Amino acid sequence: MPKSINRKDNNLKTVSINNLSHFYGENENKKRVLINVNLFIKKGELVLLKGPSGCGKTTLLTLIGALRTCQSGDLTVLNNQLNGASRKTRQKLRRNIGMIFQGHNLLRCLTAEQNVQMGADLLRNLTYLQRREVARKWLSAVGLEEHYKKIPSGLSGGQKQRVAIARALSANPKLLLADEPTSALDSVTGREIVLLLKKLAKEQNCSVLMVTHDPRISDMADRILNMEDGKIFNALSELR
Amino acid sequence: MKFSFIKSRKIPLAWLLLTRQPLRLIVAIAGISFAGILMFMQLGFRDGLFDTSVTIHKLLDADLVLISPRSKSSISMSGFPKRRLIQTLALEDVEKTAPVNLTYLLWRNPENLKTRSILTLGFNPADSLLLDKDFSRKAERLKNPGRVLFDKLSRPEFGPIEDWFLSDKKVETEVAGKRVIVEGLVELGPSFGADGNLITSRETFLRLFPANPKGSIEIGLVKLRDGSNPILASQILKKSLPNDVRVLTKDQFVEFEKNYWKNSTAIGFIFSLGALMGFVVGCVVVYQILYSDVTDHLPEYATLLAMGYRLKSLFFVVAREGFLLALFGYLPACFSGQILYSIVRSSTKLPIVMDSNKTILIFVLILVMCMGSAGIAMRKLVDADPAEIF
Repeated sequence: MPKSINRKDNNLKTVSINNLSHFYGENENKKRVLINVNLFIKKGELVLLKGPSGCGKTTLLTLIGALRTCQSGDLTVLNNQLNGASRKTRQKLRRNIGMIFQGHNLLRCLTAEQNVQMGADLLRNLTYLQRREVARKWLSAVGLEEHYKKIPSGLSGGQKQRVAIARALSANPKLLLADEPTSALDSVTGREIVLLLKKLAKEQNCSVLMVTHDPRISDMADRILNMEDGKIFNALSELR
Repeated sequence: MKFSFIKSRKIPLAWLLLTRQPLRLIVAIAGISFAGILMFMQLGFRDGLFDTSVTIHKLLDADLVLISPRSKSSISMSGFPKRRLIQTLALEDVEKTAPVNLTYLLWRNPENLKTRSILTLGFNPADSLLLDKDFSRKAERLKNPGRVLFDKLSRPEFGPIEDWFLSDKKVETEVAGKRVIVEGLVELGPSFGADGNLITSRETFLRLFPANPKGSIEIGLVKLRDGSNPILASQILKKSLPNDVRVLTKDQFVEFEKNYWKNSTAIGFIFSLGALMGFVVGCVVVYQILYSDVTDHLPEYATLLAMGYRLKSLFFVVAREGFLLALFGYLPACFSGQILYSIVRSSTKLPIVMDSNKTILIFVLILVMCMGSAGIAMRKLVDADPAEIF
């Protein structure tokens, strides 16, 4: 076990990965996309993951997001060991992980408020009206108080991404995974979105792992990881 | 605790998914309604067949009915000796009896002179025959030979008999090539077996149908004294009478006729098959709609799975869509069915009615159709891979 990852620090870490490998395909078509990855993400940390297309960034993101079955190595997310975890365990864990997708993936038939409320609906012990209040609070936080009742087709790209951020944060996640959240946005909006994400995540004491190619937002990260051919090179680097 | 329903209240996702594309929803509702209407009509015709086939049976004023064992239904009655009916009077419980002749004869339309088969009943005018207050008074008019009572609910192809009769015009025509005069009108109604009905005296009947064997009748009506048990009386008569006669209670006589149409003809089967076809068509329509709906929204369902929603929750969404489609498809089907039933009633005189049995049965069938299709469409949901949306 690397020195920087010890038991003492476990309660401070949101994600802890040791020798994680992942394969696609079978037999002669078997391809290794992650090779002995070691990584940790501390609470409240904003980590950027960079690397060329096809290097395994998204696979890593989906494994951390409990969307795929862990095949080899140790993968601990929010104190849940995902290697050998049941489908139900992974599904429950996902309730504590906010996800922001490249294509925002808002439900087309729902208003901005309802989309965010779908996230808030995962919170227990809240009434319908309280959950709606939560949705409105987060929409206001991302500056969309005027757009509660608009459906996604009536929103701009930046507004849709803000709704997606509000939705991801509305379930009080402890970990936020974002895949190229600024790729479809202009530079100003892109920076605004990441600043907003960083601010809100800090307030929530939420860790953020963001996959990005965008060099314009590098200065906002606590740590930048570089990935190539399924390996992370500076995974254990300390906070900047 | 008492506000738990407020906690469980959720965004009506199924409703919003369905109404997002109004045109597709309208097409879906139209498809389900069409299937519902098809089932309503087929089951309506089937039930109408069974009901009309026993219209006269139900009106007969009798507790027991004697028929020949060779009789299969009212459209193929065989005769039995009239003396068997007289023998029933030996039983203390029997109050009175009435012999009835029944066969199909050719009626000539007095307007266009075309002939058509009409079900003809012959009875003694002195005997009470039908459960109709005015019938005894009308039957008096049949004492003169060549007089008949015409069923005013008969199909119009028999001629404008009711109009002529009510306008005091003498209604005279031919039955089986012999002259008859219409002396009155009765209300019986056509059936799938008979387009029209005619009642006459046995004397006139035998004159119109001289080939009928002497002393042979097709139906023997037995009226029991008040308080008698028809089932017990029928069992006693079965034991005491020879095998050339069959004793039935009135209910058994009604069932005997219905069973013929249900089991011995293709008609009941055809209408049931028609209803089944409607069900299958509906299943295909709903399945197509729900399947394409699930396919269209697969990335959205995958997003919900990625957010931590359970697959079971998404199954419920699709199931609710199925339920809503069933509800919205059923209502216009029921409404259209009512209209079509009234059109069929007025044009065919068949007593097709929207009864509670039919409305409940078809709602259940539509519900099964929609929920079953939703169940099959749910299989597609399993393809929603949350890992693929990144």
